Amino acid sequence: MSEYITGSFKVKVGLAQMLKGGVIMDVVTPEQAKIAEDAGAVAVMALERVPADIRKQGGVARMSDPELILKIMDAVSIPVMAKVRIGHFVEAQILEALGVDYIDESEVLTPADEEHHIDKHNFKVPFVCGARNLGEALRRIAEGAAMIRTKGEAGTGDVVEAVRHARTVLGEIRRLQSMADEEIYTFAKEIGAPLALVREVKELGRLPVVNFAAGGIATPADAALMMQLGVDGIFVGSGIFKSEDPPKRAAAIVKAVTHFNDAEILAEVSKGLGEPMRGQQVEDLPEEARLAGRGW
Amino acid sequence: MNHAPNLIPPEKAPPPRDEFTVGVLALQGSFWEHEVMLRRLGVAVREVRLPADLNGLAGLIIPGGESTTIGKLAVAFGLLEPLRAFGREHAIWGTCAGAIFLSRDARRSQPLLGLMNITVERNAFGRQIASFEADIPVPALKTVAPADERPFRAVFIRAPLIETVTPPAEVLATLDDGRIVAAQQGHLLATAFHPELTDDTRFHRYFLHLAGWSAAAAP
Repeated sequence: MSEYITGSFKVKVGLAQMLKGGVIMDVVTPEQAKIAEDAGAVAVMALERVPADIRKQGGVARMSDPELILKIMDAVSIPVMAKVRIGHFVEAQILEALGVDYIDESEVLTPADEEHHIDKHNFKVPFVCGARNLGEALRRIAEGAAMIRTKGEAGTGDVVEAVRHARTVLGEIRRLQSMADEEIYTFAKEIGAPLALVREVKELGRLPVVNFAAGGIATPADAALMMQLGVDGIFVGSGIFKSEDPPKRAAAIVKAVTHFNDAEILAEVSKGLGEPMRGQQVEDLPEEARLAGRGW
Repeated sequence: MNHAPNLIPPEKAPPPRDEFTVGVLALQGSFWEHEVMLRRLGVAVREVRLPADLNGLAGLIIPGGESTTIGKLAVAFGLLEPLRAFGREHAIWGTCAGAIFLSRDARRSQPLLGLMNITVERNAFGRQIASFEADIPVPALKTVAPADERPFRAVFIRAPLIETVTPPAEVLATLDDGRIVAAQQGHLLATAFHPELTDDTRFHRYFLHLAGWSAAAAP
């Protein structure tokens, strides 16, 4: 009788590897989840409010009602993700008990711990975490994250922060690769990342887990831009269901991620999608309204 | 720290041994991981996103991913009929979502190639927390690795089961309890698990053997 091993790092990263080249969409109802699945989403993120509404309505943003999450899990056959507050390991225990497929320890919700993230090694369910730079990404991986995404600036429809974070992470990796071996000790100290992971990234020339873009992606062109910069796939939050024609826009973004290097197809799928989400320039947001600074 | 297998290409890919080129359907999923395995074996690889990309290929791998996504994209870009025609003449191997795509019935309405006489049940083991690794015997791998006695380390990610296998399709591998996880029908191959998430090249060499690659049994 051979042993079945569950919850290993290989199967945690393995699911993220199956999501590559795909689009993960925020949904707030089972109906939206169906629309996302029908449009070709590889997974959905089950939420009570999309980031644009969290931003507008204010207040404390927490894990969603388990009943809503379960209804969304029943509605679709694709993986379902859900968010917990940074450091709120009991919300994570609850989501694991519900059987969600991936947990996003997310800066979009109000942090529960201003010093510590969740020890994600303690869970069988895999975690994705946001990062603005290589040090932050590697700290999350050290804590057990099996997937990384850029933070971007959620709920704005402005891609500028996602670009900044992707360029920062990927640029730091390129810089690391050109360093002499004796230079990585100081580099690891400077970016606040474990030396062993820094060494691994230098050898691999990329993050040791799957790396998606998130935060402000609103059009097929935004999605293809992030793919051409070198990420493995895309999260779209408010960008779909805050637009005029969600099913059409969702399907167009899915096609744009597959054909991210084919400008003719990108032109074709970008036609006649109706109004994108209204959006908000990140530059106009006061410092305290920016979510990307949450997490340590 | 363990890292995700096959995210990284081999340092210096050996040059292709001949004109033999294998395609990997690159609509969505773990196509890169398959490409890394093929390059490690010295095989030339082409990503397939549009029907014209199939021209001249000796075989095709349909990777893991989300079968609904892959199916919808295949329909949107006119790939269903070209893939069916390709599979009547050439080797195709589907892993996980790819196996579902090759089947003739997945118990729900989604685009399928219907090339193999198998039916599948999607997410048969449950959700992600039930995803697992297990060692399984695959006697057919002896064809390409006669001296290798090891079981195959099978990685199941929200995996399907192959429910029925009807001739000319045959069972290739099962779990201890007899549940079917791999099947073959002539030059068509379906696995519910992901050899592309391991370092073991035996399944890839077995597929290349079906595709007519003369060096498949080379060490």
